[in-house]
Amino acid sequence: MDERASDAATPVGPPAGAVVEAVFREERGRLLAALVHRFGDLDLAEEVTSEAIEAALRHWPVEGVPSKPGAWLMTTARRRAVDRLRRDRAYAARLAVLQVEADRAGPVPPPEADGGLPDERLRLFFTCAHPALSSGDRTALTLRCLAGLSTPEVARAFLVAPEAMAKRIVRAKKRIREARVPFRVPGADELPERLPGVLQVVYSVFTEGYAASSGADLLRVGLAEEAVRLARILRRLLPAEREVAGLLGLMLLVHARRDARIGPDGGAVLLDGQDRGRWDRAMIEEGRGLVVAALTGGPPGPYGVQAAIAALHDEAADVATTDWPQVVALYDVLLALAPSPVVALNRAGAVAMRDGPEAGLALIDGLAGEPLLRGYGPYAVARADLLHRLGRTPEAAAAYREALALAGTDPERALLRRRLDEVEAPEGAADT
Amino acid sequence: MKYMLLIQSSATAEAADAADGCSVEDWMAYDKAVGEAGIRVSAHSLADLTTATAVRVGPTGERTVTDGPFAETREVLGGYYVIDVPDLDVALDWAARCPGSRGGGSVVVRPIAEF
Repeated sequence: MDERASDAATPVGPPAGAVVEAVFREERGRLLAALVHRFGDLDLAEEVTSEAIEAALRHWPVEGVPSKPGAWLMTTARRRAVDRLRRDRAYAARLAVLQVEADRAGPVPPPEADGGLPDERLRLFFTCAHPALSSGDRTALTLRCLAGLSTPEVARAFLVAPEAMAKRIVRAKKRIREARVPFRVPGADELPERLPGVLQVVYSVFTEGYAASSGADLLRVGLAEEAVRLARILRRLLPAEREVAGLLGLMLLVHARRDARIGPDGGAVLLDGQDRGRWDRAMIEEGRGLVVAALTGGPPGPYGVQAAIAALHDEAADVATTDWPQVVALYDVLLALAPSPVVALNRAGAVAMRDGPEAGLALIDGLAGEPLLRGYGPYAVARADLLHRLGRTPEAAAAYREALALAGTDPERALLRRRLDEVEAPEGAADT
Repeated sequence: MKYMLLIQSSATAEAADAADGCSVEDWMAYDKAVGEAGIRVSAHSLADLTTATAVRVGPTGERTVTDGPFAETREVLGGYYVIDVPDLDVALDWAARCPGSRGGGSVVVRPIAEF
């Protein structure tokens, strides 16, 4: 059903094939979006996109890559679509109605200027992240349609069976078709309401990639890269939107630390223990530029502020010389913009660095009643660390045990077990 | 494309009173706007739930008639519009403009199935 999947299952292919594959990954979303815009039907667009890519994989190695690969793919896909419509009259009748209504609904976009495809991906971003879809559907569709992942790849990313993911995607597409979720970019008046939904999808792909990013879960590391790629596309399409800059900046500034996050034993390494020489300086520089763009020319948004916090960490030589007063001040701004117990928890951690563990612990204990933080691993970890620093050993050990029970991945568990051992070691031996 | 806007109001008396923040004028203005936009297929407001009657026919054909048995439901259908608009976003806009979507009430948007 999906030829990209069978390709992916064959690791030993010609190297040229891999290059072509990478090109298609980039081109696929663009082609798909243009076809969806033209035919108003996601299913049809997906089928002919796959067929066109399949045809290219057959023809190009023999006849050479055409001078305008995008235009070649588009022409081929359009031809296939028209063929299909001729074969299926009922389908054609329905699409004709759709086309008439689309024409009635808005002006036809100008023809492509340089022979390249007009970039219609922004429409597809908004359709895939439409509020009428569940959040899981939004993420799956965005990865499938815009990141160009095959259905089995999306399934692997979310640790579900391919059949279950295929069903989910079919259901979501049916919903789009039957409820007629439009393929359009919201107007300027709707954008403030709709853009956060699109950014949320991209950020959730990123955090999903980070929730488990080592050892057996290496496959999911790719998700963070996909999220960065999606944000780069959005940044090109919406250069004036400061929160897009903020989101891309935030992800780059966090992703720059990826190599230092995993210790030699495969365990997670937290910010205070990371070898900062292994941080990706070029990525940090790019991220810092985006923070400036995100925080200039208007009131700050939540992604811009989070990016600024990440930048302060990235700029510091170590934890001790980090500008903690500034970090706390930014968390105050963030709390005012987007109040949440998780942000309050992070702020408490920064306060502990600025004013000492006692002050931080008082804030953390003040959050104990928050339902969102009950059973939230990072809460238990933060509390355990502060108790440890205060020398309240039995309480720290109990808190580490609680955190261990809540940890989701092996690297996290390894880290917490190490800390627990430290706490439980006899006096003097813990100092390493 | 046709969509039905199901106007739901809260079944509890106090919540329903709060929802009555919408005036008759609000509803008349909305109804007028729907008419002037040329999108109205049909629309009705329903009489009070206490006037409802339910009919069930069993496997042997016997008929059971009961009076409004919906006491447990949290939301009550108060009326509906069927509108004909290009896509879901336009339908959602009309739902948001409907006075029934405010004050704790909701408007459920459902596409009409086409066969």
